[in-house]
Amino acid sequence: MRNYETTFIVDPVLSGDEIKATAQAYVDNLQKEGCEIVFVDEMGLRTLAYDINKRNNGVYYCVEYTAPDGAFLNNFELGMRRDERILRFLTVALDKYGVQYNADKRAGKIGKAKRHKQEKPAKTEPAAHGISRKKADSPHLTGVPSGDAESFKEEE
Amino acid sequence: MASRDDIKFLSNPKIGGRRKKYCRFRRFGIKYIDYKDPDFLLTFVNEQGKILPRRITGNSLKYQRKIASAIKRARHLAMLPYVTDLLK
Repeated sequence: MRNYETTFIVDPVLSGDEIKATAQAYVDNLQKEGCEIVFVDEMGLRTLAYDINKRNNGVYYCVEYTAPDGAFLNNFELGMRRDERILRFLTVALDKYGVQYNADKRAGKIGKAKRHKQEKPAKTEPAAHGISRKKADSPHLTGVPSGDAESFKEEE
Repeated sequence: MASRDDIKFLSNPKIGGRRKKYCRFRRFGIKYIDYKDPDFLLTFVNEQGKILPRRITGNSLKYQRKIASAIKRARHLAMLPYVTDLLK
């Protein structure tokens, strides 16, 4: 079994039902080919970074599925290429980390976990440095003023 | 009174020193880079939408390659621009 992920952009000019029907048609198509749909992610209407076919936004769909082999892909992609309702598409073979990532994302771990992973160590590190610096400096800092105070006392 | 050993701690030797760059994917154990997350990919791109080199981001070669391909995929899907100005 191979893991795939197809992302495609549907023309936003179509009505809501037509957009859903288009996406559903491709999902059904995959199932007919013997693929097992893992998840259909409706990413919704997004603004495109650049115009495609004179449209400046599009409805994104992402379908994750497993297939017995890659034989269906040619026909599947040919259908998308000929379809005027599809602005763009991209099929990617997922490795085990990709599958894991998608599973985590669906479980709601990623959005937070990823940010946490990035921020937490960054936050703790400077703190750790600060502590270590304080520890390293503090004996000297405490030593110096006390010495000064003593010397002042002696002068007085 | 103050010997040489004391004097070297009067000024912090770490101040002004540049922090060493590191690969964030290695350090935080991130294995997969999502091409559908343009906000994250934006951190590896300059104002014109060009991919930043490894010598600036500090990524290891393995993950720099993955970042590059993720950015190229995102560009194809119009999540990131191919060319712009003032992206950030």
